[in-house]
Amino acid sequence: MKLRRTLLATIGLAFAATAAQAEIKVGVVLSATGPAASLGIPERNTVSLLPATIGGEPVRYIVLDDASDTTTAVKNARKLVAEDKVDVLVGSTTSPASLAMIDVAAETQTPMISMAASARIVAPMDDKKRWIFKTPQNDKQMASAIIEHMSANKVKTVSFIGFANAYGEGWHEQFKQLAEGAGIRIVANERFNPADTSVTGQALKLMSAKPDAVFIAGSGTPAALPQKTLRERGYKGPVYQTHGVANNDFLRICGKDCEGTLLPVGPVQMARSLPDSNPVRASALAYVEKYEAANGAGTVSSFGAYAWDAGVLLEAAAPNALKAAKPGTAEFRAALRDALESVKEVAGATGIYSMSADDHLGLDERSRVMIEIRNGTWSLLK
Amino acid sequence: MDISIALILGQDGITNGAIYALLALALVLVFAVTRVIFIQQGEFVAYGALTLAMMQGGSVPATVWLLLAMGVLVTLFDGAAALRSGQARKALGVAGWNLAYPLALAGLFAVVPVASLPLFAHVVLTLAIVVPMGPMMYRLMYQPIASAPVLILLIVSVALHIAMVGLGLLFFGAEGQRTPAFSEASFDLGPLLITGQTLWVLVVSALLIVALYQFFERTLYGKALRATAINRVGAQLMGISPALAGKLTFLLAAFIGALSGVLIAPITTIYYDTGFLIALKGFVAAIIGGLASYPLAALGALAVGLLEAFASFWASAYKEVIVFTLIIPVLLWRSLSTHHVEEEE
Repeated sequence: MKLRRTLLATIGLAFAATAAQAEIKVGVVLSATGPAASLGIPERNTVSLLPATIGGEPVRYIVLDDASDTTTAVKNARKLVAEDKVDVLVGSTTSPASLAMIDVAAETQTPMISMAASARIVAPMDDKKRWIFKTPQNDKQMASAIIEHMSANKVKTVSFIGFANAYGEGWHEQFKQLAEGAGIRIVANERFNPADTSVTGQALKLMSAKPDAVFIAGSGTPAALPQKTLRERGYKGPVYQTHGVANNDFLRICGKDCEGTLLPVGPVQMARSLPDSNPVRASALAYVEKYEAANGAGTVSSFGAYAWDAGVLLEAAAPNALKAAKPGTAEFRAALRDALESVKEVAGATGIYSMSADDHLGLDERSRVMIEIRNGTWSLLK
Repeated sequence: MDISIALILGQDGITNGAIYALLALALVLVFAVTRVIFIQQGEFVAYGALTLAMMQGGSVPATVWLLLAMGVLVTLFDGAAALRSGQARKALGVAGWNLAYPLALAGLFAVVPVASLPLFAHVVLTLAIVVPMGPMMYRLMYQPIASAPVLILLIVSVALHIAMVGLGLLFFGAEGQRTPAFSEASFDLGPLLITGQTLWVLVVSALLIVALYQFFERTLYGKALRATAINRVGAQLMGISPALAGKLTFLLAAFIGALSGVLIAPITTIYYDTGFLIALKGFVAAIIGGLASYPLAALGALAVGLLEAFASFWASAYKEVIVFTLIIPVLLWRSLSTHHVEEEE
């Protein structure tokens, strides 16, 4: 009895699969729950805004939640490829999960677009990573914006303080490399924990090196503590932060102590104040307006834009792939990969994408802007 | 390092140490009277700070509903037992404290606009909400298994800690909060910048320690707690109710936790899960006191605070490692002198 039911179900599935052959299937893995939920939820909200047809073919998005868990992300990716026969994978939200999904994508020869930040997802390029693309800026793009601003403002010495975890270490590495090239010296190098209740010791150490500027590499509201302590101890110089603090909770916690803070952000955040000459303004604004129309004013974040840009890339690449093969076939997946690799000057919400065989990110300095906290709000630096 | 940096670090260490000392005292007290390792002490700190922050933000703190839920459960258990044994008056008393009181608080929030109240009223309300959770928690979770082995009590504490962190995330959200300082006053003393809030922390801690000392030395209830701590069975034979002693202890511990939270909320950013790390440092101090000696625990807390401040200057990446490594030589010394401890018992 049970066997018969299983057989029937299998046959039914086979029919369903053939019937739906004509559409492009996009398998989305994201972290709508768990620790990375604040990133995954805007991404999930964005998926429903992605184009419903590309090149005349209907597109179906199948969204699975990985609960911010690497193992679940891999399991979901396998399920999407094996059962749903998707043509392309989008995801996941976090870097560890994306790195783990690389194997699935390469093994099944399915192109994958990650929404996670780590540069290691697409570099160094190898046989597996041929199939992988990503939409968020690397830390390097952000760090170079800070270095440029420092050079322009004659900052020669910097005190560095970062999270005592992968975030802080990663930034220290990137920043040190670029700073050396620009002739900027790091005179103090300290760490603190996001859960710390006092950073007085570190702040004194940072100040005793008498730097031209202080750079704080932390994310979210915990990054406010060093800055508050520095101001309390009488530090008057400029303070740089990373794009990890670009949310309104940071402004609320840090208050007047964060006046004048300098940081790089993606263009989405500042879409409305970008000058007309900015090449990303139109595409970023298009996303912001669509997202806020669906989810309410002031809700947009750069994370959702990463999902949006995955859609933008597909919209640019899929029509070329459709010329070569029909969706649902291995040929189509290979053609889609080739098409993704050859997109040129495609304007997304995060920046302008120009991919090449070696560069599966394709963003340049147009993917970030420097901003300052002025009168308790973000304002664009000219 | 020059003398002024050392002074500033010392000041920072003593301020943090004062809070650790309060928590260490509460941990020692709870363990001595009930044999419970009070891991959720830190959550009371976070609940105190975040309840105050929620009121400052103009919204009704969600902890009121938790208090109400716990009160309903206590009323069901105790009220039913009292009615079954025909003590209608006692049942009424139970309902009064556990049901009418949270309802009255909730009603107060419904009538009075929270944002219009001054800071002092917010602090009092915070304590009024968070502190009764202590005895209710004892009644619901620990009283039914009061004679269980220490390990079982510890497991219950771990479970409660995890539950409270989860509820904290639900109540307060993932983002951190800060409250305005009690006083914006600050003055320079040589190289030191002394803020009003630092003084508040130090003065309140010192007052509380003196008050606790007076409570244990002078009052009947304090003496009853001490008697229970020294010899549980003996105290029971003398007519001291272990349930009452347990509830009273948890009341004090919850009060110390919530007050610590209210005191440090203006100094640092508090998250729903911040409390654990703070309480863990109080725990290191309590271990230094062998979970038995109040003065040693308080001194240990100051040592932890100072060590933390200087470690964050010398080797910030290894600060936590250094602080928590302190526990190893202490345990070593304790285990070498175990023989005497057993004799004392």
